Amino acid sequence: MKVNDLILQTVTTFLAFIIFIFSIYLFFAGHYTPGGGFIGGLMTSAALVLLLLAYDIKTMQKALPINFLTVAAVGLMISILTGVGAFLFDVPFLTHAFQYIELPILGKTALASTLAFDLGVYLVVVGIAMTIIQTIGESE
Amino acid sequence: MSLIHLVILSPFLLAIFVPLLHKYFKRIHTGWFVLALPILLFIYFIGNLGNVMAGNTYLSTMNWIPSMGINFAVYLDGLGLLFALLITGIGSLVVLYSIYYLSKEKEALNTFYVYLLMFMGAMLGVVLSDNMLVLYSFWELTSISSFLLISYWYHREKSRYGALKSMLITVFGGLSMLAGIILLYTMTGTFSVRETIASVDIVTAHELFVPALILFLLGAFTKSAQFPFHIWLPDAMEAPTPVSAYLHSATMVKAGIYLVARMSPVFAGAPEWFWLISIFGIITLFWGSFSAVKQTDLKAILAFSTISQLGLIMSLLGIGSAAVYYDYLEENIYTVATLAAVFHLINHATFKGSLFMVVGIVDHETGTRDIRKLGGLMNLMPITFTLAIIGGFSMAGLPPFNGFLSKEMFFTGMVNATQIDAWNMETFGMIFPVLAWIASIFTFIYSMVLIFKTFTGKYQPEKLDKKPHEAPLGMLIPPIILASLVVIFGFFPEILKGLIEAALHSIFPSNFTVEDVHIYFWHGWTTELFMTIGVIAFGSLLYLTLAKWGNIYEWFPKRLTLNKLYDGGLVGLERGSFAFTKFYMTGFIRNYLVMIFGFMALLLLLVMGQTGAFNFSLDNASKVGVYELILALVMVIAAITILFTKSRLSAIIALGVVGYSMSLFFVLFRAPDLALTQLIVETVSVALFLLCFYHLPEISKKVNRLRFRLTNFIISISVGIVVILIGLSVNSSRVAESISDYFVKASYEEAGGKNMVNVILVDFRGFDTLFEIAVLTIAAFGIYAMIKLRLTKGGSQ
Repeated sequence: MKVNDLILQTVTTFLAFIIFIFSIYLFFAGHYTPGGGFIGGLMTSAALVLLLLAYDIKTMQKALPINFLTVAAVGLMISILTGVGAFLFDVPFLTHAFQYIELPILGKTALASTLAFDLGVYLVVVGIAMTIIQTIGESE
Repeated sequence: MSLIHLVILSPFLLAIFVPLLHKYFKRIHTGWFVLALPILLFIYFIGNLGNVMAGNTYLSTMNWIPSMGINFAVYLDGLGLLFALLITGIGSLVVLYSIYYLSKEKEALNTFYVYLLMFMGAMLGVVLSDNMLVLYSFWELTSISSFLLISYWYHREKSRYGALKSMLITVFGGLSMLAGIILLYTMTGTFSVRETIASVDIVTAHELFVPALILFLLGAFTKSAQFPFHIWLPDAMEAPTPVSAYLHSATMVKAGIYLVARMSPVFAGAPEWFWLISIFGIITLFWGSFSAVKQTDLKAILAFSTISQLGLIMSLLGIGSAAVYYDYLEENIYTVATLAAVFHLINHATFKGSLFMVVGIVDHETGTRDIRKLGGLMNLMPITFTLAIIGGFSMAGLPPFNGFLSKEMFFTGMVNATQIDAWNMETFGMIFPVLAWIASIFTFIYSMVLIFKTFTGKYQPEKLDKKPHEAPLGMLIPPIILASLVVIFGFFPEILKGLIEAALHSIFPSNFTVEDVHIYFWHGWTTELFMTIGVIAFGSLLYLTLAKWGNIYEWFPKRLTLNKLYDGGLVGLERGSFAFTKFYMTGFIRNYLVMIFGFMALLLLLVMGQTGAFNFSLDNASKVGVYELILALVMVIAAITILFTKSRLSAIIALGVVGYSMSLFFVLFRAPDLALTQLIVETVSVALFLLCFYHLPEISKKVNRLRFRLTNFIISISVGIVVILIGLSVNSSRVAESISDYFVKASYEEAGGKNMVNVILVDFRGFDTLFEIAVLTIAAFGIYAMIKLRLTKGGSQ
């Protein structure tokens, strides 16, 4: 019997985006309120997993043709480069800086180099979570 | 680097080129290229003879590891020169002999001469080094090259057995000697032999004196095949005969003698030194000569004979050490023992070398060394027979050969030993001359067996593989030279006087004067002469009646021999260590965990007890609210459920309960980031557990309750208690203020963030985070690799 997952799929289409946006919020808010790259990355993966549950792996791969191992590797790379970048300013590895900038819409905002580092963490977490789940899911 | 350094190193240098010479000059026997070197070295040492006999010594130092006091210091004095002459002289003869003994076509000559040259250089290094660590290095090099030479015919099992045995025993002794050297170093602060002798007062007064002494003697006894370490020497007879003649009669086995003589100025005068050396020497002498009579293999007879003669020299050195104790005497009668030792050392090298070569000739020409098959070779091999007579009679101590002279002096030394009035010698003194006399009778018997069973009697051609005939001239020249020396030293012993005197100077400290080294043929009608006559009379009688009493050797139970002990010991050691390994390496992870946790709990408890860490105070404790109590109760119930539940599914769920309660605890203790992360991670891990559970194979899905085991129970309880104790103890003895105040202030001012946890993670301690995400990436890659790249047993996917 073919199962009709219409309700689940419809709800997921909305919900996944809400979760995704929440995860982006968590990621950006990390410096001031609870959140950060790690939990943000986990939330993003949660959105993706929800999509996986509602549809199947093949559909997912068609919709999001991403190799998540690459995502993890790129994330690790970004984090390391953030640390290495400190050398350009003749300061020790992983020294961070921040600056307050007036942005057109958001107003006075702190722009910190830790954000780049956190982006690396975020990507690694998304990458590994998805890799693990996809790999196990695909295995017979 | 002076000339003498080059002299010591030259055999090693030549050894490098031997394989090349062997490869490119195939038509010439490689031995001819080697022969020149020992002859040159012999001439060099002869050239130094006059200088050394005049009482001069020569010291030359080459830096090796100066910061540790290890330098290649060469010290040439009488004793060193005597040994160097023996090594190079007999070395030349052995090389010449081996040219005719070893076939150019059949044998791997390149390896043979490389090993032989290695040995020669190492032996020169042993006797000429002043630095004890350098001496030790060369000492081990002699062990290694001897090992290689014994197993020269490595396809024979007995060769390998003999090589292994000699290696194990001599290296055991070598390592003991190293320990002795280190002990001496801690006493004196120097590795130099001369400087150690100079500070002999410190050494004798030191509490480590006796241990160092015993360790040195272990080294000397194992190398010189003293009882009970003599068992390797008969098995080393599997080596080619030139090797046996060189290493196991004339040079390497005398390294121990050299060591005892060299260290005499340090240790002599102590009763331990006297007793150990004399007793072990005299027992070796007796046991060696007693065992030699029952052997049927010519080389085995010579091996036991060597053991016995080495015991003789050793016991003489022991008795001679009494001279140091009595240094106030005007006429020191004990130096004669040391004199006899040095003299017999030379004599033994000459006659034993020639006898080995004679045996080699017999083996080479008849194809057997078994005296039961041999006989009546006198007319076929007249020159060999003459050589055997000279060597054998000298060994038996008959006039007019040099063995007679040294045996007379040996008796003198032993008889004098009874006059020592210290160290209980009044009670035990008599055993020395008595044992020496009995041992000499057996020496006489086996010497006669060696000569007459081989060369006289019935000729049995049917038992021999080859038709025997006289050996080629080149094979005869070396034993002829040695036998001539036997006769020359016998008739004109005075020519050795200078050399012996110089050697005695190095054995006895400088305040001794060895003025009259007199070696006479005729002592007059002394006790010693009567003892010799008795030896000849009894010896002849016993030799003629050998068939009647020869079966006493059968009485001795074969299971109680030292060889059985050695073999059994090796097997036992192997089995024991295997059993021990099997005992704790069970292969079950649960057993290892029991050990790890048990040890951990025990160690931590002990340390806490030792340091008095059981001091608990509740001053810093916060108040416990009702929420915490409830949550803790939930967690405890869930944990207990995990232990007592029957099904795995409920265990997984209970574990999830513990995890979610934990995140609630984080909420309670105001850690929102942790709570969030814990919540999600717990969800993921429970999902993964369920996955594992779902994929369990059908067979093992039996629903089982955890079985109760007392050990596991005790260990888990004690680990839990210890960890709780440590937690309480740590909490109640805080030594420094927390640094969190800094983070509270700095996270906004310096890092521009208000979420302190996140600021610490990415900014203050970003380095940790960097490697944690590296860990995660590795884990993901690992899972991917494990699942995607699974190989089947055949190796394909």
